[in-house]
Amino acid sequence: MSRLKHSEHRLAWLLCAPAVIAMLLVTAWPMLYAFWLSLFRYDLRFPDKYEFIGIDNYLSVLGSEAWWQALSNTLVITVASVSVELVLGFVFALIMHHALIGRRLVRTSLLIPYGIITVVAAMAWRFAFDPTTGFVNALSGMQGAWLAERWSAFFVIIQTEIWKTTPFMALLLLAGLTLVPVDLIRAARVDGANAVQRFFRITLPLMRPVIMVALLFRTLDAFRIFDTVFVQTRGAQGTESVSITGYNALITRLNLGLGSAVSVLIFLCVIIIAIIYIKGFAIDLSRREHS
Amino acid sequence: MTTTKDHGLSERLFWGLGSVLVVVYALIPVFWIISLSLKRSADLGDGRFISATVSLEHYQAVFSDPQFPAALWNSIGIAGISTLAAVMLGMFAAYAIVRLEFPGRRLILATALAIAMFPPISIIGPLFNMWRVLGLYDTWFGLILTYMTFTLPLAIWILSAFFRSIPWDLEKAARIDGATPLQAFIKVIVPLAAPGVFTAAILVFMFAWNDFVFAISLTSTNDARTVPAAIAFFTGSSRFEQPTGSIAAASVVVTLPIIIVVLLFQRRIVAGLTTGAVKE
Repeated sequence: MSRLKHSEHRLAWLLCAPAVIAMLLVTAWPMLYAFWLSLFRYDLRFPDKYEFIGIDNYLSVLGSEAWWQALSNTLVITVASVSVELVLGFVFALIMHHALIGRRLVRTSLLIPYGIITVVAAMAWRFAFDPTTGFVNALSGMQGAWLAERWSAFFVIIQTEIWKTTPFMALLLLAGLTLVPVDLIRAARVDGANAVQRFFRITLPLMRPVIMVALLFRTLDAFRIFDTVFVQTRGAQGTESVSITGYNALITRLNLGLGSAVSVLIFLCVIIIAIIYIKGFAIDLSRREHS
Repeated sequence: MTTTKDHGLSERLFWGLGSVLVVVYALIPVFWIISLSLKRSADLGDGRFISATVSLEHYQAVFSDPQFPAALWNSIGIAGISTLAAVMLGMFAAYAIVRLEFPGRRLILATALAIAMFPPISIIGPLFNMWRVLGLYDTWFGLILTYMTFTLPLAIWILSAFFRSIPWDLEKAARIDGATPLQAFIKVIVPLAAPGVFTAAILVFMFAWNDFVFAISLTSTNDARTVPAAIAFFTGSSRFEQPTGSIAAASVVVTLPIIIVVLLFQRRIVAGLTTGAVKE
């Protein structure tokens, strides 16, 4: 290695070191520590009972109905919101792509749900569906106490997620749409392909990479849902998500051992989802690292 | 834009109508919360979408209680310092990743991406335990440090995407024209890099401003409790009174800056949040 190369490497690592060390210190280290804690009986309310118990915490989490309930709740919320978002996001993206006069206005309006604090969005929708303060019942003539029953509560939660995060999906898809060559669409039109055929035969296949990345980001993001559920139901009516389960064990009940086991399991779920996407749908993330 | 000529009148009407619907859908909850915040306490239960009366009583209530002003100050300070720190460190890293050849640059980007997708709930337990022992629990510094789990990856990704599009050769050209390295950097590179840095700062700030999980897990008092946490834990003046009006007013106060930023910088924000996900 030449001396010049050597000094370039050193400079590069020197520049990257603060950021890399900070990231590892606040993420990798706590994660390892969580794994370590998960192997102990460690309840801050009974600190003297601290002892090594191996995988017992995992066994009790995996053996509890509450965990599986929370996991299936989380999957229901994730699948429902991400799939509606994909369709709706495409509709929004196509509207922005084709609308000439309103494009700027639409884009600006969509950035507001994206930028608004999630807790605020969840509050706004909670009040909207509330039987006494809300306008939803008043306008629709319905009588329901939406957040007091399981499936209607799910509806409100998922609806809030969709409202808040479809803009992200739509803006990514719009960026993808602009990469589809106009000439190709025009040629297909000349050849007699109708709008639906053009969309499914040309646009959609060409956008596959963008769609996959958007889906991966949104799925992982939806899986860790916390704010909306916390604000709207606190997990009542059987709507608890895995993140709420973890929070309750760790912060509400101060059971660091059991809570850490939940944390590690959530982390494993996220890794499994990422692997399914990357291997299963062959997403090439590395290709995005150089333009 | 190039598809303009292909559009018939009916098609244009179709997309125009679609635009209107999207705008209405995106803004309904915003108008709703503004309207709710302006209702008098007595009218909170009237179920009207548009408030019949206009009253500022909830705004007065929110600002006369010590809780909300403290939270607002905490949020501004914590999100602001987090942004400065992340953009600063992110700039060094992104510069190295884009400009220097060294093994591991891919690894750093991949690590940053992986960390960005990390579930925050997985680390609150250990952080809660460590911050308690280190005296960082319920402090600004404790939250700022914690926020680096998402602010740094975001800053590194956005900045390296932007830095990649800078024509760095201009620096060399300025040098040939007789500028010193420092002059070349300040006069040529800084103006080119500034928009990207600014964009990264806006997005990082928005993420830090939004955090809820860390804020409720690692703070407990007005010392460091941020706005989202304060709003979620607002209490009414009596145990039986729902603080609906106060929550609505506080929500409007913290949403207005977001709306202003979005109106001013929509182009940059869109560019920032789509870089990295879509190949340019």
